[in-house]
Amino acid sequence: MNRDARVGETFTTGFRRAGFAEWNRFAAVNDEFVPIHMDDAEGRAAGYPGAIGMGRLQWSYVHNLLRDWLAGDGRIVSVALRFTGPQLKDVEFAPFGRVTAIRGEEADLDVWIEDAEGATLASGTATVTLPGRG
Amino acid sequence: MTSYVSDRMRAALGEVVDWRVSFPISASDIRRWAVAVYYPEDPPREFWDADFADRERGGIAAPAEFNPFAWLVADQMKPAIRPERRDPDRLEKAIGIPGPGLRHQINGGTEAVYGVPMRPADVITSVTRLGEYRERTGRLGRMLITVTEVAWTNQRGETVRTGRDTSIRY
Repeated sequence: MNRDARVGETFTTGFRRAGFAEWNRFAAVNDEFVPIHMDDAEGRAAGYPGAIGMGRLQWSYVHNLLRDWLAGDGRIVSVALRFTGPQLKDVEFAPFGRVTAIRGEEADLDVWIEDAEGATLASGTATVTLPGRG
Repeated sequence: MTSYVSDRMRAALGEVVDWRVSFPISASDIRRWAVAVYYPEDPPREFWDADFADRERGGIAAPAEFNPFAWLVADQMKPAIRPERRDPDRLEKAIGIPGPGLRHQINGGTEAVYGVPMRPADVITSVTRLGEYRERTGRLGRMLITVTEVAWTNQRGETVRTGRDTSIRY
């Protein structure tokens, strides 16, 4: 319930790790068996330290964050996310959201994913509804 | 320096480069998607418990970002030139023009505006248009940034999702 949401409020689902266990499960539902997500050598050949996670899975992690914050009492209206850094195997990262504006029953947010060293892996914006807020 | 964007590619902006029709979405599709994106946590009850979803959410709905086009689709645009699997030139080949021939492709970003939710038995149609080409030099060298514009509707013609996807080829 976010009827008490306020501008500046920042929230996260916390730091976590992801690797082949998560990526393979996502590949199985998104038909995304792409070599750079499955094979360290392919990741290195593409210019990364090893295999990297899917942008679409980061996209889902941001949606998970918003659903968690809404707690079943609103809906996601829009999300825009730009992927700025690779999500590397077993490196801690966390999705974050911050309320930037509240307009009646809608809230605008900044959303981003950063790793434990503060590097931004993805950043963007979202709008959600907050029923009962207006 | 030769541009990655040929005159034929530039002239193709606005053209439909893909359309697809999904098979009917099943409750199992939704449940498995939720399991995968929440792993190793359990997914929220609204995505797998029909009684709970009926009582609390007006029925089971897919997570907003759910992809109903994974694996096989019921129908889709036939490409003018058959692409290789995971072909970075897939968009251009779809409309019969040569692509830039770059080796790698990654997801640069996604924008989505959500309409009505996707529910079990829904059949979703997507239409993708070529929106924009940009060239830039970054950490991975010279890159071609391609924006596609997507629109999804359900079997009742209701808008499910509109947005833009950005790919980076290098």
